[in-house]
Amino acid sequence: MSPKISLANLSFTYPDGVAALKNITLDIPANEIFVIFGPSRSGKSTLLRVLNRLSDLVEGAQHQGAVTFNNQNIFERDVNVTDLRRRISMVFAIPTPLPGSIRDNLTYGLRMAGIRDVQTLEERVMRSLKQAALWDEVKDRLDASAFALSGGQKQRLCLARSLALEPDVILLDNPTSGLDPLSTAMVEDSLYELKRRYTIIMVPHSTQQAARVADNAAFLLDGELVEVGKKSQLFMRPKNKRTEDYITGRFG
Amino acid sequence: MSRQKTNQLMIALITTIAIIVVIPVILVILFMFYNGLSALNWEFLTTAPYNGLRQGGIMPALLGTVYLTFATAIVSFPLAIAAAIYLAEYARDNRLTRAVRLAIVNLAGIPSIVYGLFGLGAFVLFMGFGTSIIAGALTLGILTLPVVISTAEEAILAVPQEFRTVSLSLGATRWQTIRYQVLPQALPGIITGIILGLGRAAGETAPILFTVAAVYLPELPKSIFDQSMALPYHLYVIATQVPGMPLSVQYGTALVLLLLVLSLTLVATIIRTNIRRHRQW
Repeated sequence: MSPKISLANLSFTYPDGVAALKNITLDIPANEIFVIFGPSRSGKSTLLRVLNRLSDLVEGAQHQGAVTFNNQNIFERDVNVTDLRRRISMVFAIPTPLPGSIRDNLTYGLRMAGIRDVQTLEERVMRSLKQAALWDEVKDRLDASAFALSGGQKQRLCLARSLALEPDVILLDNPTSGLDPLSTAMVEDSLYELKRRYTIIMVPHSTQQAARVADNAAFLLDGELVEVGKKSQLFMRPKNKRTEDYITGRFG
Repeated sequence: MSRQKTNQLMIALITTIAIIVVIPVILVILFMFYNGLSALNWEFLTTAPYNGLRQGGIMPALLGTVYLTFATAIVSFPLAIAAAIYLAEYARDNRLTRAVRLAIVNLAGIPSIVYGLFGLGAFVLFMGFGTSIIAGALTLGILTLPVVISTAEEAILAVPQEFRTVSLSLGATRWQTIRYQVLPQALPGIITGIILGLGRAAGETAPILFTVAAVYLPELPKSIFDQSMALPYHLYVIATQVPGMPLSVQYGTALVLLLLVLSLTLVATIIRTNIRRHRQW
């Protein structure tokens, strides 16, 4: 099966000259959880942001190489960026509801895409909340402010908000940061369910979480791709010394 | 001297100075009330002056200023919002941006009589509006721009960056993000700025001197292309140009103008306090 997303010699340099990604070549298969892990400042979040071109917001940043999605390089001129961001949707580490009700948040992306049909919107609201395991908690107060939710609920709301777009790929930047173990388990459980329909690319909270949820994983260090492989291989029998040092806790 | 003594002394000194700063404001207001309150009544506010302005009320001047202030708001609002959006959301650090910012800073430093002469040249004569509300409103509109643009820009910049990022990440365009996330949240702040700007515009005399103000018009303007009386100019006229003008009427007029401007500031403050209280982030 052809990969969902292919990175070919991808480099990304911030305007201050910091090379956040160095010559990364990587295939991300469809319908699995692909984990990108490594110490802080290794380029994980930057990589996620490049994949749906949120990196465009950094003025003066440079990129080389290609990211192929649906047989097209996402950096090409005729790519519709707003469309791309609906197809490859990002959930941020810090859950940020938009001002407005829970329903407003869930329908925002769809409304911006021009979908006004109330029935479609309602249906998406319900389905995405169920997928993110939040429906039972909020079904009676969809018109309440999204800011009134707890931290764990906000996190799942933001996940649901991305799911409402029915994307192909979900980018998760540490989706369980600041969550208690119970909420973390709830989010992780919903991910196993979601990968049947979506391709999930995730920066995990910890190496332990990486080892739990990943199908395939990639280890980044200082913007370089050190090793990529199946979970069973990468976490049990890493080929690279640096990968082994990191996952056994010798540094990082 | 011990540290504690110095501390106490400094607190006392700073408090005293702070009180001294407030005293003139309170004195001016009390003085106006004391001298002008006797002239204030319903008739004063609702009738036109007569007998060479010496008798009657201030109705045409008061309503003229109200019209003028509204018209100024209409001029100022779109210009200020557009400029503030450009500066806060689109502007990069280039020559155009620096030129715009420099222009705004300099605009704030121009003496108001220069605005008046500019309005006379540009709007009254060149554009052929004649002495009219529209010419006055355009002149006052430009006068308010520095205040309004800078408060509007601040209000826009105060909207947290994360909301923009989230909106864009959900596939909204740049303009949709501004239209549906940034502006709704910045709007109360922008309106506060506009009202503060209007407060200044409503009290100005020099800019309306050649552009709109009439010494005496018993009737109200019928369109924006008519002249109008205006409160600050009326005050100037009755205080300096009319022999035998009763003092109480002069103070009464000044008091009405003062209350008008103060109430605009008050409204702006109330809106601002309300936003702070209801802000959820």
